[in-house]
Amino acid sequence: MGTLLKNMLRFILLILVQVYVLDRIHLHYMVTPYIYFLFILWMPFEGNRAVQMMIAFALGFTLDGFRHHPGFHSAACVLVAYLRPFVVNLLISQQGAENNYQEPSAKSMGGFIPYLVYAGMLTLVHHGWLFFLEAMQFGDFWYFIVKTVFSTAITLLLIMIVELLFSRKQAFRTNTV
Amino acid sequence: MNEVTGRVNTQFNKVDYFFKLRNTNEVLIKNNERLVNLLNENFEKQDTSTKIVSENIFNDTTGRKRKWQYFSAKVVSNSVAAQNNFIAIHRGAGQQIKKDDGVVDLNNGVVGIVTEVGENYSVIMSLLHKDSKISAKLKKGGEVGQVIWDGKEPNRLSLIEIRKSALVAKGDTVYTSGFTTTFPYGLMIGTIDEIVKDKSTNNYILYLKSTANFYNLQYVNAIENLQREEVDQLLKNANNKVNN
Repeated sequence: MGTLLKNMLRFILLILVQVYVLDRIHLHYMVTPYIYFLFILWMPFEGNRAVQMMIAFALGFTLDGFRHHPGFHSAACVLVAYLRPFVVNLLISQQGAENNYQEPSAKSMGGFIPYLVYAGMLTLVHHGWLFFLEAMQFGDFWYFIVKTVFSTAITLLLIMIVELLFSRKQAFRTNTV
Repeated sequence: MNEVTGRVNTQFNKVDYFFKLRNTNEVLIKNNERLVNLLNENFEKQDTSTKIVSENIFNDTTGRKRKWQYFSAKVVSNSVAAQNNFIAIHRGAGQQIKKDDGVVDLNNGVVGIVTEVGENYSVIMSLLHKDSKISAKLKKGGEVGQVIWDGKEPNRLSLIEIRKSALVAKGDTVYTSGFTTTFPYGLMIGTIDEIVKDKSTNNYILYLKSTANFYNLQYVNAIENLQREEVDQLLKNANNKVNN
């Protein structure tokens, strides 16, 4: 499957799961899990950052469209797409690993722990920024911090389950460096 | 954008709707019972000196003038988990929905206000939204306050601006005041669930259990005020006179 087709399918599938399944979950009237931005976490290593940020904006904007409240998810998605290459550079294990594999996964990041840290940092950024924007309207910051922490934990759990259930076949691309 | 998401939502709602048919049916039966009870033939005429006073304005001796008109609409998407919740309905400007119409559920419990109108779909700002502010009245004492939402628990609203001198008790009914042009007088908003004394002001914060259940809205009624333009125009004129 081509990279473009694969990513388009992912985009649609993740948005549908988010809107019609996860958005209806509301644990303890507080925690709603988010999985749609896994699309951004799974974007290929290579590629123009500006283009990736624009695609991330499109993703956030689509979800905002379903929620009839433009801006919030778009902002969080663009931020995540902007910070992603820094986090990848920080965590990637050996020299040139981003050339050997196409996209981040437990395998290409060199183990489960680096992948968990990678996903955890970006999830925290996404949730933190999203809930911060929401908390600005209601102004209850203690609630905001608790919500961010618990939501991040639940989302990370989901991301790990997804990683275990849907193992992505990634060929080791030799002799590319 | 609303048209696109509206169409996708309509498809998914078909499935959701099927599984909630039993519940919708129960609501409709109850509502039907209430309406049948209001039929004229259920009442005996008393002596001729009895006069029925109605809120409607009498134009002449033969007819009454309609002030509020109900339009039913199917809910295609709804959320309770967000900090600002919206409801999309499959009825728009082409089907007589107007901006700022009040929206109630089938049992006349307040749901929200229409904020955006498309050709075939409209978006309602739910009571579970930070900008939602509804003028409300306590049934017992008649004190008027505002119903808002604190962004935490769905189906739990706050009634503010009620003086501590007011007599309140758990379970008291709160309904619309009729002071705005959006809702008629006397639509139920909720019942008092918890009474909290605000330490910094002389007011209560009353937590309400909402009459409308925001978790399973299937059909709603939009209420149009047929005299809104007249009232708005008068208020505008009055304001202009003050300002000049």
